[in-house]
Amino acid sequence: MAEKNITEITDENFKNEILESPTPALVDFWAAWCGPCRAIAPVVEELAAQFQGQVKIGKLNVDENPKTPGQYGIRAIPTLILFKNGTVMEQITGAVSKSTLETAIKKTL
Amino acid sequence: MKASNYDLIIVGGGPAGLTAGLYAQRSRLNTLLIERLIPGGQILTTDWVDNYPGFPEGISGFDLIDKMRRQAERFELPIISDDALSLTLEGPEKVITGTQGVYKAKALIIACGATHRKLGAPGEGLLSGKGVSYCATCDGPFFREQEVAVIGGGDTAVQEAIYLTRFVKKIYLIHRRDQLRATRILQEKALSNPKIQPVWNAVVEAVQGTDQVESITVKRVDGSPGESISVQGVFVFVGIQPTTAWLQGALPLDPQGFIQTNSEMETIIPGVFAAGDCRQKRFRQVSTAVGDGATAVFSAERYLEAL
Repeated sequence: MAEKNITEITDENFKNEILESPTPALVDFWAAWCGPCRAIAPVVEELAAQFQGQVKIGKLNVDENPKTPGQYGIRAIPTLILFKNGTVMEQITGAVSKSTLETAIKKTL
Repeated sequence: MKASNYDLIIVGGGPAGLTAGLYAQRSRLNTLLIERLIPGGQILTTDWVDNYPGFPEGISGFDLIDKMRRQAERFELPIISDDALSLTLEGPEKVITGTQGVYKAKALIIACGATHRKLGAPGEGLLSGKGVSYCATCDGPFFREQEVAVIGGGDTAVQEAIYLTRFVKKIYLIHRRDQLRATRILQEKALSNPKIQPVWNAVVEAVQGTDQVESITVKRVDGSPGESISVQGVFVFVGIQPTTAWLQGALPLDPQGFIQTNSEMETIIPGVFAAGDCRQKRFRQVSTAVGDGATAVFSAERYLEAL
């Protein structure tokens, strides 16, 4: 998972990359078994290009990193959480449209 | 915003839309398919499809739609990712406004599909993603060795309940009637599975929990006292609703929001056709959606030839 402009987030680097990010950060919690996660992946890539430098965009594989999703009570994927200064600004579940995510991101900028 | 002109625009990239795209390309129509996410629709969340002919061993929903997309793309169907917001039908052109652009065509096939219906019970929205789920293939693995409820009695509910048995300890299958509506073979599989306990004549009154689902309250349809059932997950499969809100005011919809057509997929507006689950009809399957898509192109071609 080395898409351009997308940071791979793990249980180990979550605090450093996301909670302590100087910019707002969006994390896409996903897994290979989940069809809607694959449906939303290109949208997340487009957002990463569009908001490059303004918002950090990361993907966390819930299969390989169970701790972080557990901490945020995630029991459905795809879930996208938007953080600002370590605080959850918005939590969106399901394959939503690009415009829904854009609106959420713009609100935190 | 850029305006483009096409013979035919197809809205929606599920089985109906992709079939329409395949047929339209082979008819050499100047076609565009607009899809909100990636092609797929509801079938992306279907773990396994055993009733679509041509796959004797069955096929996963994801693989089936991937094959349909690749087949349409082999004939160079242009697929763009945009969210159609509104439709104007004044004048000879059909104009779709999306978030990325404005698209114009002489004819239109609406195959925008449907999405899961919600229960409408208190607590459902608040606990959505926190134990309330509409996708067993996405969320099943989060409920290993736990007890969950599956709500519904149709094909989707029963099939997904069977799928969930590979993860969970126990399933309460909650249905408002005293027998399932699902295909017989699915009923037999579900009712013989020791992990699935049917709860007949019951509807969900509320979903309880603070940060996570803790229990549901069910009410008996006959008015006898309800009960609380302790579960960590609630999987809701109580039917679908069409994703046609963007068409309101432009096209007449039935009270449930489905598009009315005749058997040739024609709506009451010349040049506008509908196909698949967004259409008012009795039986919604991949196989019937595919038939709708092919028929809609056949009708659209006749319409375009007569212009």
